[in-house]
Amino acid sequence: MPKVKVPRKSTSVDMTAMTDVAFLLLTFFMLATQFKPDEPVSVNAPSSVAEVPLPETDIMTITISEDGRVFFSMEGQLYKAELIKKMSAIKGVNFSPEEIQSFSLMSSFGVPFSELRSVINTKVEDRGKLNQSGIPSDSTNNELADWIWQARLTNNMVRVAIKGDQNANFPVVKQVIATLQDKKVNRFNFITNLTTESAE
Amino acid sequence: MAEIEGGGGGGHKKGGKKPKGKKMSTRVDFTPMVDLGFLLITFFMLTTSMNKPKTMEINMPVKTEDQEEKIKVKASQAITLLLAENDKIVYYFINDKTGEPETPVITDFSPGGVRSTLLNKNKELLDRANANNYDSIPILREMYRLNQIPEDEMKKRISGIKANKEALIVVIKADDKAKYKNLVDILDEMLICNIGRYAIVDITPVEQDLIKTAMTTINAN
Repeated sequence: MPKVKVPRKSTSVDMTAMTDVAFLLLTFFMLATQFKPDEPVSVNAPSSVAEVPLPETDIMTITISEDGRVFFSMEGQLYKAELIKKMSAIKGVNFSPEEIQSFSLMSSFGVPFSELRSVINTKVEDRGKLNQSGIPSDSTNNELADWIWQARLTNNMVRVAIKGDQNANFPVVKQVIATLQDKKVNRFNFITNLTTESAE
Repeated sequence: MAEIEGGGGGGHKKGGKKPKGKKMSTRVDFTPMVDLGFLLITFFMLTTSMNKPKTMEINMPVKTEDQEEKIKVKASQAITLLLAENDKIVYYFINDKTGEPETPVITDFSPGGVRSTLLNKNKELLDRANANNYDSIPILREMYRLNQIPEDEMKKRISGIKANKEALIVVIKADDKAKYKNLVDILDEMLICNIGRYAIVDITPVEQDLIKTAMTTINAN
């Protein structure tokens, strides 16, 4: 009986399909990635079952760090440039066009207005090392209120989001909420992380 | 990555010693490219954070000087939650006959704690008024899940149910020692328990004392 010839198959596999998939995924992840803007503080937001996503435009964020410092940021470079012009007009401080440009590219900041210039003039890569003392928000010197008010004048569609650290003390939060209410902001958002706990 | 020399993919004949004139294989070894591709995929997969931050919307009442405009809540319908330190909650009801606060109770954020209190009290109030329509909330959610009703309609109808006049009204007061997390957690409970009417109010010194006494009795036991 003649032996059945088993044709030898090549061991090399066609990798084209795999490569295609790999690069497709690579493209997807590259496009979907958003790098985090460098925040002056890292905040661990509390988790909740709320499922409403945060809008990406027309928003100002008030960050409250664990030790009770308050930071402010606003979306949109043009709005920011407008905002700093308005603020400097009130405070009687002049910023050069370069400083305004630099401010409009900055993420969040947390210093009294008098120290803002030094933060702006610090190199971007060194800003993380700065020890920012927080925006004054108490009743004697409420700069936060000015920022909020001017931000609303700059962009009247703006919404307020509060991003607090879960271990921030309540009095600071209360202070910020009272400031917002003073400025007639009665609707605002708390930024939270999603938990998997069911809503039933 | 110097170990490429081995020609990991294999499959193509050694090209070097061929007599001239023979055609060279047009196949290229893709292995390094694929390696690099996967390396980059891994990198981007690990750096991408897919979960976008979520938000919780809060509506605060407009500050009015006029006392008359403040909404009067029926005392028997309200529960006051005092957020105390160490993730504790002290709550009390107002007795509707005497108008005096009842003995405060200490609880916590566990599902068996404040959540069951809220759910039970809400159910009790609604059943007493014979206006319990809360059972339809899960049904509406299910109908939305099965695409029987659009999202807008579900939300509209659920908020209609939550606005029930007979339902529990929650007054949230946070002590100075409370954490921000406690506030978010309690607002979360409002969402979970489908309580539509609640308010965040400043704490009074009387209530701060009330927390203190409640805490000391717990510690004494």
